[in-house]
Amino acid sequence: MSVDLSIKFAGIKFENPFTLAASPCTDNAEMVARAFDAGWAAAVLKTTSVEEEVVELVYPMMAGLDFEDKKVIGLQNIDLISERHIDQVEKDVRELKKAYPGKVVGASIMGQKKEHWQTLVRRLEAAGVDFIECSFSCPHGMPERGMGSTIGQDAELTERTARWVKEAATRVPVSIKVTPLVADLPHIACAVQKSGADAITAINTVKCLIGVDIDNFVPYPVVDGKSSYGGYSGAAIKPISLRCVAEIAKAVDMPISATGGITTWRDAVEFLLCGARNLQVCTAAMKHGFRIIEDLTDGLSVYLEDKGMSGVEELVGLALPNIVEHSHLSREYKPVSKINLETCVKCDVCYIACQDGGHQAITLDEKRLPHVDEEKCVGCAMCASVCPVFECIQMAPR
Amino acid sequence: MAARQTPDTLDMPVRLSTMEEVDRGLKPHQALAEAGRCIFCHDAPCVKGCPVGIDIPGFIRRISQRNMVGAARLIRQANPLGAVCARVCPSEAQCEKGCTSAGLSEPVAIACLQRYAMDQEMARGIRPVAAAEPTGRKVAVIGAGPAGLACSLALRSAGESVTVYDSSPQPGGVMRYGIPSYRLPREVLSREVDWILSAGVRFVPNTEIGRDVGMADLLREYDAVFIGAGLGAPAVPRIQGAGTAGVISAYAFLRAAGEPDGNAREQAMRAVIAQPLGRVVVLGGGNVAVDAACTALRLGAESVTIAYRRTRGEMPAWAEEIEFAEEEGVKLVFLLSPAEVLQADGKARGVRMTRMRLAEDDASGRPRPAPSGEPDETIGADTVVLAFGQAPNESILSSLPSLARSESGMIEIDVETGATSVAGVFAGGDAVNGGTTVVQAVSEGLRAAAGIRAYLDSVTPARD
Repeated sequence: MSVDLSIKFAGIKFENPFTLAASPCTDNAEMVARAFDAGWAAAVLKTTSVEEEVVELVYPMMAGLDFEDKKVIGLQNIDLISERHIDQVEKDVRELKKAYPGKVVGASIMGQKKEHWQTLVRRLEAAGVDFIECSFSCPHGMPERGMGSTIGQDAELTERTARWVKEAATRVPVSIKVTPLVADLPHIACAVQKSGADAITAINTVKCLIGVDIDNFVPYPVVDGKSSYGGYSGAAIKPISLRCVAEIAKAVDMPISATGGITTWRDAVEFLLCGARNLQVCTAAMKHGFRIIEDLTDGLSVYLEDKGMSGVEELVGLALPNIVEHSHLSREYKPVSKINLETCVKCDVCYIACQDGGHQAITLDEKRLPHVDEEKCVGCAMCASVCPVFECIQMAPR
Repeated sequence: MAARQTPDTLDMPVRLSTMEEVDRGLKPHQALAEAGRCIFCHDAPCVKGCPVGIDIPGFIRRISQRNMVGAARLIRQANPLGAVCARVCPSEAQCEKGCTSAGLSEPVAIACLQRYAMDQEMARGIRPVAAAEPTGRKVAVIGAGPAGLACSLALRSAGESVTVYDSSPQPGGVMRYGIPSYRLPREVLSREVDWILSAGVRFVPNTEIGRDVGMADLLREYDAVFIGAGLGAPAVPRIQGAGTAGVISAYAFLRAAGEPDGNAREQAMRAVIAQPLGRVVVLGGGNVAVDAACTALRLGAESVTIAYRRTRGEMPAWAEEIEFAEEEGVKLVFLLSPAEVLQADGKARGVRMTRMRLAEDDASGRPRPAPSGEPDETIGADTVVLAFGQAPNESILSSLPSLARSESGMIEIDVETGATSVAGVFAGGDAVNGGTTVVQAVSEGLRAAAGIRAYLDSVTPARD
């Protein structure tokens, strides 16, 4: 049985949902060509600007967050938009569309004023781009010039700027890339919808300070003795981007391109279930290379096969009805912790978690085996969360 | 970096009372932890160390993402006998040898991870091979061992019609009739072999080419022939008293011991050796000798001794197999070469051994054993197992007189295509390489399948 990974997003057919996000991965045609050869369905070329925009990058610009022995579970960058202006990017678009007519080539743009935005759109359309993404969302550097997340944090600015872009875009769909750094993302999403834009890309990086060199008192990445806030990406931000996608999907009826921490095929499934129709990847590809597309497409295919589903389309939004207001959650449901003493290794981390972070429901017997006092157990699931043994603690209905 | 995970093994002494698999495999959390040790390096050396070039980082990434079926399919793409090879490959000397993680701590347990993925796949059933458009061309495969089966599947999935002939009642060759089940459970083998045959490969059992069916008939009836006949004939040693009751070839011994259930095994053993095993001496130093020794322990031997004419360092058996045997209580004695089987009442009672010393290197690059001049030594033995290696099956090979052979009797081939000196006849596996590994045989079977297809395209184009 073969499954269909293709999916339509903003009226464009993608051979699979996996798209390289606007990032260092997509800063020239040669890289994108290699990604296409590896199996990526689409790429959004790194954010470009009009020729007069001055882009001066600083180095080093990357700093990873390592957790225990895992490298780069999150990544901070203080990169800016591409140093390659529209004149070079329009060439890239032409070259890529000629060599890869079946692939989808998007381009990300940023401008300071109406004229910039509209020039970029017209030139990219003329070059044959498939869709345009507008960064209203870069959280570092660009906002200092009134660009990036400055726009995306203001519903009015968002709607007005998106309208300019839509005015100019006569042929291709426009997606607005939003920032998670707002109090009310659905409000911003509604502004995007009102503008007439075709889609939403969610989310850009999360403004962060990834760490400090504790010997020299300078945060990372250290640029000649100083640093700056940056944009946080990678697996660590997935829970935030997943929430954002679900919120947008519930607020507006627009196609969503999800991005922010998508690393494995499981992440992909989760974003589709929360309403995304397109999936953008950056940090995972920067870390492991374009080859991860094989894991993504294969894992997704096997999952669909297992579910007896014929294609990706079937997954979109299936989890949304199951996300409700907190006040609508059942107060009658009373789960209880069940510990499998056959597989328990007597590490007693469940005991510690229950004692100091729970309700003191777990006691130890003389053999150090944990037992749950069902009267005291409220079913919080902290014990099951920390247990290192595969499926040893399960939360079961009483 | 986290420590390498090791699977549980059957405890001693329980493991000596059963032919059940000793290695119990990684548990789910161990598999995830071990997969997490792979650094997914660029241009991975493990892949180059694998004779069939499995995409090892690829399948490990799939495991780490809990896509076990995807992992197994990736393995299967390169190796149709992936579950077998995960168990019998000398991975320390192949894929794991070059592992980049060794630069940080220890190599990733690649074979254990491969086995984990394959076991998971088997539990849910192996996806049937997709049917290809029939080409209308027919290929005969001689021998249903790893080379023959791999070749058959590759040809079949390309749409060729394939018939496999084997002199044994069951398919599997050395995997079924040589490798003991405590290393390779028969159900694992059978499922993988059945999966290959279920692709539409016709299996003709109990049929030896050259004896039951003429080679000329095959060449007439089929568009191409693959010889994967292995090494089915025990090398005949020059030892006095080799015909005595209680003397048995390792080949016959392992074959009888390989019967799957207790009763059938007892019957088969009685047919090849009519007395209790008692004190067992295994003569030889290869993996077959070690397998025979550990099998003898499981079948009730009082004691088992491996006697080898060189020293431990020259033993062709893999180091980990030798350690495994010693752990089980097999005794190893060195620099002893058998001279005569001693007997009483027509039954073996011991072996008189000539004491040896190491002399100058021989053609194999190992020191040659030479008599030391010291007095002979006698080892008491009720059963003497001869493990001096195997030779090609002459009834098969001599039925094709024009087949070019090396000095040692192995089939000579073109290393690009597996083609022999006879047009339309290809070969691979032990009868070509002199006896190495299952995975090497698989790779030669696959190579020949490609060679055969190219040959067929040149002489009998596929029907449109």
